[in-house]
Formats: sequence, structure tokens, C-alpha cells
Amino acid sequence: MTDPVTSSDVLLSMRGVHKRFGSTHALRGVDLDVRAGEILALIGENGAGKSTLMKVLSGAHAPDEGRMTLAGEPYAPRGPLEARNRGVGMIYQELSIAPDLTVMENVLLGVEPGRGPFVSWRQMYDLARAVLTEVGHASLDPARRAGTLSVAELQLVEIARSLSLGARVLVFDEPTSSLTRRDIDNLFALLGKLRAQGLGIVYISHFLEEVRAVTDRFIVLRDGASVGAGITKDVSDADIIRMMVGRQVDDLYPRTPHTPGPTVLRVDRLAGRSKPVGASLDLRRGEVLGVAGLVGAGRTELLRTIFGLDPVKRGTVTVASHVGAASPARRWRQGVGMVSEDRKAEGLALGLSIADNITLSKQSRFVLPSRQNRECEPWVKKMSIKCRSPRQVVGDLSGGNQQKVALARLLRHGVDVLLLDEPTRGVDIGAKAQIYQLIDQLAVAGRAILMVSSYLPELLGICDRIAVMSRGELGVARPVGEWNQHDLMAEAIRQTSGEVSQ
Amino acid sequence: MTGLAKFSGVVDVVARLAVLAGVFLAFTVVVGPSFASPGNIEGICMQSAVYVMAGLGMTMIMIAGGIDLAAGSTIALSMVVTSMILKHDGGQNPALWTPLAVLGGMAAGMLVGMVQGLLITSLRIVPFIITLGGLVSIRGLTKQIADNQEISPPANWLYQNLMFPVQGRTLNWQLFPIGVWATLVAAVGAGLFLRYTRLGRRIYAVGSNESTARLCGVPVERTKILVYAIGGAFAGLAGILEFSKLNLGQPTGAQMYELYIIAACVIGGTSLRGGVGTIFGTVVGALLIGILNIGAQQAGWPKQVQEIVIGLIIIAAVALNQLRGQEKRS
Repeated sequence: MTDPVTSSDVLLSMRGVHKRFGSTHALRGVDLDVRAGEILALIGENGAGKSTLMKVLSGAHAPDEGRMTLAGEPYAPRGPLEARNRGVGMIYQELSIAPDLTVMENVLLGVEPGRGPFVSWRQMYDLARAVLTEVGHASLDPARRAGTLSVAELQLVEIARSLSLGARVLVFDEPTSSLTRRDIDNLFALLGKLRAQGLGIVYISHFLEEVRAVTDRFIVLRDGASVGAGITKDVSDADIIRMMVGRQVDDLYPRTPHTPGPTVLRVDRLAGRSKPVGASLDLRRGEVLGVAGLVGAGRTELLRTIFGLDPVKRGTVTVASHVGAASPARRWRQGVGMVSEDRKAEGLALGLSIADNITLSKQSRFVLPSRQNRECEPWVKKMSIKCRSPRQVVGDLSGGNQQKVALARLLRHGVDVLLLDEPTRGVDIGAKAQIYQLIDQLAVAGRAILMVSSYLPELLGICDRIAVMSRGELGVARPVGEWNQHDLMAEAIRQTSGEVSQ
Repeated sequence: MTGLAKFSGVVDVVARLAVLAGVFLAFTVVVGPSFASPGNIEGICMQSAVYVMAGLGMTMIMIAGGIDLAAGSTIALSMVVTSMILKHDGGQNPALWTPLAVLGGMAAGMLVGMVQGLLITSLRIVPFIITLGGLVSIRGLTKQIADNQEISPPANWLYQNLMFPVQGRTLNWQLFPIGVWATLVAAVGAGLFLRYTRLGRRIYAVGSNESTARLCGVPVERTKILVYAIGGAFAGLAGILEFSKLNLGQPTGAQMYELYIIAACVIGGTSLRGGVGTIFGTVVGALLIGILNIGAQQAGWPKQVQEIVIGLIIIAAVALNQLRGQEKRS
């Protein structure tokens, strides 16, 4: 920590906190102090350890090493409930609301007022009204069903829930991600008010504008460690970004020269249900086009809309000479394949065999296991999938091998266009290198690859061109030589021009 | 907003009653004025009372996000237990043994309900499967206890009063037998319980969003076990009503009742996904099924036609509910 913090005004403090999951060292030495009456920004890339840190604070995970104190007393919550009762409230991105209950019941869930076994609706109403007034929304009817509220109102209900339990520290995780500009202004006003009342607030955000607008101090998390801290108004954006990124691109990445051919996939002003709001791109044979951006920017939705998994609202997708309606079955027939970011829930049928998974997209009418095996064996060998036989259940394989099965499906199908969503997520470094090599070979062989990744070094390492997505809009794809991590990050966290008010 | 919400609540109640009245009138037209006679209305209410009583528990279970396919078997178990206790006494000391018989039937239902709740929460298997197993094995248990025989105790207070028709040629101002009144009292109690007790509200919370409920300190597992125990107890009470109709403990009785009971809840607006449902709706749903059962019989429709019509009406009622729900959401 750069500035001396006297113990008297520190509300919540973490010192040298470590957390390991198996071989992953998710937190490697985090120091953090929140004082009463301040807003602390917690900044970091995707995967820097912010969510693990939140889970440690909320009691969902116990730290392996390190010390935490709350108002000078040891703080080691054994679960979310204890954290709440000690006065540490969490406002997650995914709001935690029972939609069929009324607002007042949601605010007072678990601590309903009343006598004996009976609840008192009157007291519940009055208490909820009082705390809703406190969060500046006196007009919200406590008797309304929570399912009818807007996201911003639900967020207020959650804040009210924490306050009604006497929260002293509030942790907000990306609280503006689905709010409108006006709601954001209201939220900021509320944060200022809570700060004035002496609460300590941790504000997690990617958006530097927001960090500047509401926070007093900041800490930067990278690779699970706190790597920088300071006063928000004394630091430049460039310095924060340098602290966030600050690592080297090594030579994991093969670079065979690619020769781009004709365009096979053209996306023109594509808009989906909520995201993307407008995306245009041209993908040519023999090239790797990367899409960078933050989680929630709409990158996954872009791929899903192209592939026909999400509905197209406006705009067109042209595959070779095919235009018109999109559905996954149609895309497969047109020679387009997709690897989902969610391997377990969507990408693979975990209970089925490797052979079943690989052949799922294109099967003959009669499925003979022997023929299936024969067909899969070359791919198992080529992808060096470690398994006993093609009949082994995919759920038994490691993450890296599972991902190779997902990719093998596209290769065996013989697709020309590969849509890859976070193809190396949850994959060990060895398998990563193999996947990079494979993508490179595919491009050399004239296939077209559109790849989404949150890991900037890999995009810079293997892509020919990169475009950045921010709040549903896709920027211009520029040659990789014109990008560096700093610029990609700056582009990803810029407020889209349309979103800025006044 | 509250005004509007309250208004839509009133509309809801009126609409349900209107549908009920409409179906009743339709059968009166088809069957003739005898359908609306006091004796026939009493019969419909007696038929529905069993569904209502068990439906009270089923509603709570479904609000908590569960289901109880074993309700029919539980009713049969309670019938057998009640009749065995009465037979054991042989009419010697009714003042002691009648309450014991009622308690026994209810406790048997509560016990199997609780066991099902324990299995659901400890094995983490979906309620559908656990209670499907319960449907079969509780039926088997019932036959085992009864030694595959119908049990017929000597004449007793339950048979003579609980579900014995009171309407004769002239209107009797008791209107319904005690069992129907008791069902009404139980329904009002269950409604108040769901609305005004902490446990009642937590049943809604668990069904609406289990993880939120857990986060907020609601003992989710305990709540579920309690709900199944309560549900079983209500099925047990329904079994006592069913027993009293014939003074028989039939181990093969109440077959398929679970389907009518679930249908009554769903017609009444209880959601299979949990978090939504009212006792009032279930009472109306059960009455509708009672009217259909008896109306179809008296209209002289063949058994198979009755089944076809009742099945289709269940589907139509739920489709209607869903349509109205969608309107409300937009």
C-alpha cells in the first residue's frame, strides 16, 4: 500500500491473502483496505482474481493464507450468511431476487419482523419503506411483486436488503453493466450518499470513466496479486492500464505467414436481441480474426447470432454466397462450425462418448459404433486427445482434452469457417500451445477463423487482425501490428460515444 | 400500482368464480334442474372436499417448487390406518378411539411425507422421482399393512357424521356434513398460514429462488422437509374423509387421486415451477373437477368420454391461466 493507513479508520482490511484451487493459484498476495466513508475501486482484467476475492470477502471461500479484519476485529466468515450478519454486503452482477415475492419480502427475507411464527405485514411494509427511502426510492411500492421491477430497481432492493441488516461495507461487482445512463447517475448519487453516511464501499469495474467518477482510491489486481494502489485523481489512465496489463507476450504463438483469400463470411450491421447492437466484419479464407473486449461486451452474442443460435434483429450475415435465415443446422451445412465458450453446459454432451461428441454434427442415418470409432480415430490421434478409446465418456477428460474434442468436431465435419469462443479457457498451457498451433495450421490451409478471447496476449499472438467490442458495438478490425495490449484495453473500456450523457 | 395490483387480484377471483359458475350452469342445462338440487350440490362438495383437503398440502409443496405424486397412495394409507384403529376398538370406547383414529391417519400421512422430504433433501434427487417411488412403495406398504384386505370397522362416529349426506327432501340448514365444513376451516387456516406466518412466506421464497433464500438465511432443507410433512398430513386428513364416505379402508382406494389433486392446484393457478399459488385457486380448481366428475356421470356420458373431456378441460384451464399470466407480465 502506498499511502499510510491508520488502523483507526480502516473498516475492512486484507493482508497477504492467498487462495489456491488445486494447482491454480488464484490469489497470490492481496492487500486491501477500505476505510469508513470512502469508495475504493478494485480494477483488474478478466481473470485477474476479482471474483475469487469477492468470494473470499463474502465467506464463500476461506483464504489459505493471510489475515482479514473488520473494524479491527478478526474477520473470517464461514459463509455468505455470516458475512451479511457481520455487516459485509455484496451486490453481485447477477442480482439475487425471489421474483414472485413482494419488494418488502425481498428486502427482509430471512429477517422478517413479527411475533412468534407470524409475520407482521404492517411492520414489514414500514421497515421496507424506511430503508427504500434511505436508498432514495421512496416511491417504490413495497407491496409490488419483485418480478415486475427494472434491473435498476432490483439493485436498489438488494442494496436496501444489505442496509436493513446494518451493512458497514458494501461490495459492488460491475454494478452498471446493465443499467441505463440515467440509472447510473442515480446509482452514483446513492453511492455518494452512502459514503457520506460512513459506509466503506468497494467498487469493482472495468470502466475507467466510472472509476474516475465515483471512487476515491483504487487498487489494481493482476494475476491474483495487488500490483498497484493510489489516489484515483492522481493517476493517469495510461498508468492504470499499464498496471492492469503489465506482462510480456512470449513465443507460445506460432507465426506462419498467412495469405488471405476471398471473403467467406460477411457480417453487415448485425444486431441481436440486446447485443450486438451493430457489428460489421469481413472474414477471409486463410486468416484469423480476433475479437477482443470485456466480458459482457457482446462478443459471445455476436458469435451466437452469426451461428443462428440467437435471433437476428437487424442486419445480414452472408456465408460464401448464402444469405437469409440462420439456424445452427443450416450453418453446419454451409460449412460453419462453432466452439462454445461454455464447454460443460453447451459445447459438449459430457455424458456421451468422445466418438458421439465428435460425430454429433453430421451422422449417417444408421450409427454403427465400429464405423464411428474408425471415423474418429484419426482425429483423436491428430489432436493428441489423451483417452483410452473413442468410446470413453467426455466428462472424464481433462479440460484441455475436452476442448480438443470440441475442436475435433469442427475438423471432422470439414468446416471452412470456425467460430471459436474462448477456445483456450480453462485449458492448461500445453494444450493451449497445441490449440494455437492448430489454429495456425488451419489458417495456412485456407480455413477462416473468427475467435473471441479475453486473453489479450493470445489474440496478439495468433490473430492477423483484431477488432474490439465494447457495449455491443464492434470496432474496426485492424492488422495485429497496429495493436498493443494497452490500446486494446483502452478501446475495450472506453465508454461508447452514444452512452455518454449531457 | 397497488391499486392496479389489487384490482387485478379481484379480477382474478371474479374470473375464477365465473368460470366455475359457467361450468356448473352448463351441466345444469345438460342434466336438468336436478343438477342444482341441494342434495346434488352437497354431493359435489363432498367429492371435491377430498381433493381440496389433499390439495392444501399439494399447493404448499408445489409453491415450494416440489411435487407429490404419492398423494393418492398416502390417502389410501391413511384410510387403512384409520379403519384398522377403529376396527381394533370394535366400537367399545369411541370417545377415546375416534380421535386416535383421526390422529393415526394424519400421523401416517405426515410420516411418509416427512420421509419423502428427507429423501429429497438428503439424496438431492428431484421430487418427481422420489415421490414417484413413493407412489409405488407407499401403495405397497398400504397393501402389506392391510394384508390385501378391505378393512371394514363397525359403525362409528366418523362414518355416521363426517361425510354422511345431510340433505333429504327438504333443505337441511346444516347445508353440508361436518367433513366439508372441516375442509373449509382447514382451507382458511392454510391460506392464513401461507400468508401470515414466517414459514408460509419462506415456502414461497424457497420456490421462487432457492439460492436467494439460502443466501438470506432461510433454512431451505428444513423448510422443504416441513412442507412435505405438512403435505402428507393433509393427504392423511383427506384419507379420513375418503374413509368416512364408505366406512371402508381400501388398500386399493384413491387410485389416480394425485393426478386430480395436482390438476386442481394447476387449474387454480399454482405454478409447477414454484413460487406461485393460492389456496383459493386450489379450492376453485377442486370444485371444478368435482363438478366435472359428477356432471359427466349424470349427463350419462360413457366413462371413456368423461375421461377424454376432463383431460382436455385440465389442459385448456392451464393454457388459459398461462395466457392471462403473459398478459400481466407485459
